[in-house]
Formats: sequence, C-alpha cells, structure tokens
Amino acid sequence: MYSALYQLLYSTLETLLNIPFWLFGSHVPHWLVFIHVSLILGGVCMMGFITVLALFSVWAERKVSAYMQARLGPMEVGKYHGWLQTAADAIKLLLKEDIVPAGSDKFLFLAAPVLVFSGSMISYVVIPFGPHLKIADLDLGVFYILATSALVVVGVIAAGWSSYNKWSIYGGMRAASQYISYEIPTALHLLPAVLMAGSLNMSQIADSQAYYLGDPSQPFYKDFSILNWAVWPWINPFATVSFILYFIASLAETQRTPFDLAESESELVAGSHTEYSGIRWSFFFLAEYADMFVVSALGTVLFLGGWHGLPLIPPVLEFLLKALFLMFVMMWLRWTLPRLRVDQLTYVCWKVLLPFGFVTILGSGLWQLYLVRTPAGWVAGTVLMAVLLLAMSRIWKSEPVPRDGEMTAAAASA
Amino acid sequence: MFDFLFYLFAVIGVGAALFVAFTPNVVHAALALVPTFGSLAGLYLLLGADFIAVTQVAIYIGAILVLMLFGIMYTHNIARLSGEQVTMQVGAGLVVALITLFSLVAAVISTDWPVRELSEPQPTVRRLGVLFLTDYLLPFEIASVLLLIALVGAVVISHSVQAGKSKDPS
Repeated sequence: MYSALYQLLYSTLETLLNIPFWLFGSHVPHWLVFIHVSLILGGVCMMGFITVLALFSVWAERKVSAYMQARLGPMEVGKYHGWLQTAADAIKLLLKEDIVPAGSDKFLFLAAPVLVFSGSMISYVVIPFGPHLKIADLDLGVFYILATSALVVVGVIAAGWSSYNKWSIYGGMRAASQYISYEIPTALHLLPAVLMAGSLNMSQIADSQAYYLGDPSQPFYKDFSILNWAVWPWINPFATVSFILYFIASLAETQRTPFDLAESESELVAGSHTEYSGIRWSFFFLAEYADMFVVSALGTVLFLGGWHGLPLIPPVLEFLLKALFLMFVMMWLRWTLPRLRVDQLTYVCWKVLLPFGFVTILGSGLWQLYLVRTPAGWVAGTVLMAVLLLAMSRIWKSEPVPRDGEMTAAAASA
Repeated sequence: MFDFLFYLFAVIGVGAALFVAFTPNVVHAALALVPTFGSLAGLYLLLGADFIAVTQVAIYIGAILVLMLFGIMYTHNIARLSGEQVTMQVGAGLVVALITLFSLVAAVISTDWPVRELSEPQPTVRRLGVLFLTDYLLPFEIASVLLLIALVGAVVISHSVQAGKSKDPS
C-alpha cells in the first residue's frame, strides 16, 4: 500500500519534470530546465504540501480549541466533524475583495505578504521528510533555516509600515523585535544537537541519532533506535534541557501564544496584518502555519531522531507524526496559557533562555568529550534527569510565594 | 547555466543598488537592499561559497537591514521628509567619487583575470571550522573579543542613560 503510493507519487513527479524534454528534445536550454524544475518543486510540491498542511492544521486548531473550551467547533461542512470547513473558508477568502487602504504604500503593501510567505516557504528546501524525500541536501541545513527567517522579519516590518495604520506598525515592530531577539536563543539551543551530530546537514543529524547505543548491524537496535534520540537524558542530559528551551524559543519565533504580543487582539486588532483582507491576508495565515511546521520539523530532526526510531512505521509517516505532534503541543499551549507581558518577554529571552543556552552548549561539549556513549554517562544522565524532574515536581506542587498585596488561595479561603 | 544565473543575479543586484541610491523614499531604499544583498548571496553561491552566501543573508538582511529599518521606523515622520532631499558638498563628494572610480577602474584594468573551469563545489563548513580553530585562531578570537567589547559598550551606554534618569529629582 505504502510502496504503491510512493510509486505513484514518484512517477507523477517524473512525468512533470520531463515535460521540457518532450517539448524540445535533448536540445532544451539549461535555463528553461532550471525554471521548470524550480516551478515544479516549489510551486507544485511545496505549495501543495503547505496549503494542505495549513488547511488541516487550521481545522485541527479550531477543533483543539473547541475541545479545550468544551465546545464542538466546526461541525457542518463535509459531514465528518466539519473537516472541510477550512477548505470552504479558503474558497471564501479567494473570492473576497482585495482591499488596499487609502494612504498606504501600494507596492509594498502588495509585496509584503509575498515576502513573508516566501521567507517561510524557502525553509522547506532543506527539510528531510524521509531518507530520500528532500529537495536539497544542503550541507548548511540548520544554518540555512535560521538565515531564511530574516526575510520574514523584513516582510513583517514592510507590512506594518506600508499599511499606514498605527496598530499595524506597532504590531510589525513588536513582531520584528521579537523575531530578532529570540533568534539568538533558538540558535543557541539548536547547537547541542549540532555538536552531537558533528554536522549542520539535516539528514546527517537525523542519521546520527539512529545508532548511538548499539551496533547498527544488530536488528534489535535498528528497530528500537527510539532510545537513541538526542533528546533522551542518557544520551546527553544537556540536549534534553535544550530541546525544551528550543521549543519555548520557537513558540516566540512563530508568534504563538504565550508569545503572541505582536498580534494581541485586545491591544492591536491583528498586528501587522490588520489592514489585509482576502487572499493577501490568507498568505500571512499560511505563513504562520508553515512556520509552525518548520520549527516543529527542525525540533524533530535535531532532537527526536527525524524518521528514525519507531518500529514498523514508514519513515515519512513517522517524521510527519512527530512534527505534527509538536504542532499539536503548540496548539495545546495556545489554548492553555495566558499571554506574557512585554517585560516578561524580554525577561524570558535574556535571563532564562540565553544563560541556559550557554550552559547547555558548554555542558554538552564537555559531555561529548568525556561521557558520551559510556556506561557512566548513561547512568549519570538518567540520574541527573530524574533528580531534575523530582525537583521540578516539588516546585510545581509547592504553594506560590505571595507577593505584596497578593493573597494565596489558602489565605483567601481562611 | 552559470552565465544565465550570473547575469540574472548581476542585473538584479546592480538594478536594486541603483534604486537604493536614487529613490527619494528612505523606506523603499532600505527595503531595496533585500534584492541587493540577496543577489550578492546568489553570486557567492555560484562561486561555491555556500557558507558565506548564507551568512550574507543572515547578517546583512537579518541583522543590518533590520537595524536600519528599526532606525527609520523609530525616527519621527521620516517618510514625510523624503521630498526634502538636498545634495550637499558637491565638490568634496565629486572628488571622493572620482578617486574611488579611478582606483576601481585602475584595479580592474591592471588585474589580469585568470579564467579556468569551475571545479565541483566542495562542502565548506568543516574546512572553515578547522581553519578557524587552527590557522586563523588569533583573528577569530580578536573578532569575538571585538564583538564582546561592542556588547559591553552598548550595555554601559544604556545603563548610564538610565542612571542619569534616576538621578533626576522628578
């Protein structure tokens, strides 16, 4: 079943890529092939994937939020739990009027959504969906993804400025400053995994997590490489901490709650895309969900072993399962946590994520030198993590310390 | 293929740079730096310098350009000032421009440009890392110390501003 589907996809792609050769024979000019291949890969494959992903994650987000608020959410369109609701919404958005506000900077206003969306779309070039399913196996994969988010920042600023609207410009500035300040902890917390793999190449990082503990020729380790993911404390406890903190930083990178100050509805209407409507607005929306998937995929590849680990599941499916699970956690947090204030935002970045980033880099470097793949390392990592979890659960259970003018629940009831 | 991409990036880069120089709108000028830097990154990529290309995008677009945009946005009504551009110091500017032009042209003419077939691009990250920690350790450390000095300086400056404010009796 799986291989038949793969065959079908493969032959379709091959047919599409061969079109210029049918038209011109073997004398087809190189630049035409170049443009054709980029159009097929970028326009058909990546656009198709991102659109389908965004449609269903928006639906999932609405269902998740509905469940958490004891509602039903969309139930009508498509019979089964409203699964076609967002497709209907997309058609509606396509047909809506494209409004350009008077006084706006027309060209920039029209170009900004394209800039934002292409910034998140070009990250998909290096994401390995499976051992062979990737567009480019860049040697710089992780660095490339970090660099391309620069375009998103510029696009968001352009959108905010060109709208000629106070809310838009405040939203754009907030979003941009949040992006560039959280880029540093994101990069820092990715580094332990890069250190462990000794490479920036995404597929090599994923492959390096297949056989840490054992001999790759043994079938047992091949099937149960789940114990070898970089995130597990017996591999490297610093990477475990890094993964959690990377996830927090990536929430801020994608402007998700609790870090959604840039589009806080109660203050700024909708942030930098307040003035946008119709298809241009939906580009911002697509970019948001595309970004969520990129950071989830990055976390999956660097810390959760990419497509390695779970037995009996085809690699591509496994990769998608892990990445979509991380996206689900993002949705879960969105409907659970309140928004941070701006001073809390800077506090988290500079006083929590950044110092911990330096500690984890130094620590995992030393760990890689002396303790990795030794029995002492397995024991030490496991014990360390157990102690940490115990301490955290103690903190969790303990009564919060009352601040000035604040009453604890116990004091209030007494 | 190489020629096609080279001329594509060159035309985009030079065109965008000209736009940066001549547009009266300062925000447009800043944003036109995106294609300029982007096409430069493309040229680096054509020469097989993938690390430099990605760094170009990360540093110039992601940091320097965003810094410029912040500066523009936090300046009051800067977009309205666009019509009042004046050219000052024509003489001095002309002298500097002519000297630069002359030295550039002289350099272009006096160099004999060796042409040879491009070898297959090699992955550069590992070799760059090794070189940074062996042959070029001192420049690498000096650069990092320089950045650290800049960071500390920024903290000191902003701190002294805050301290001055707090001394204010109001």
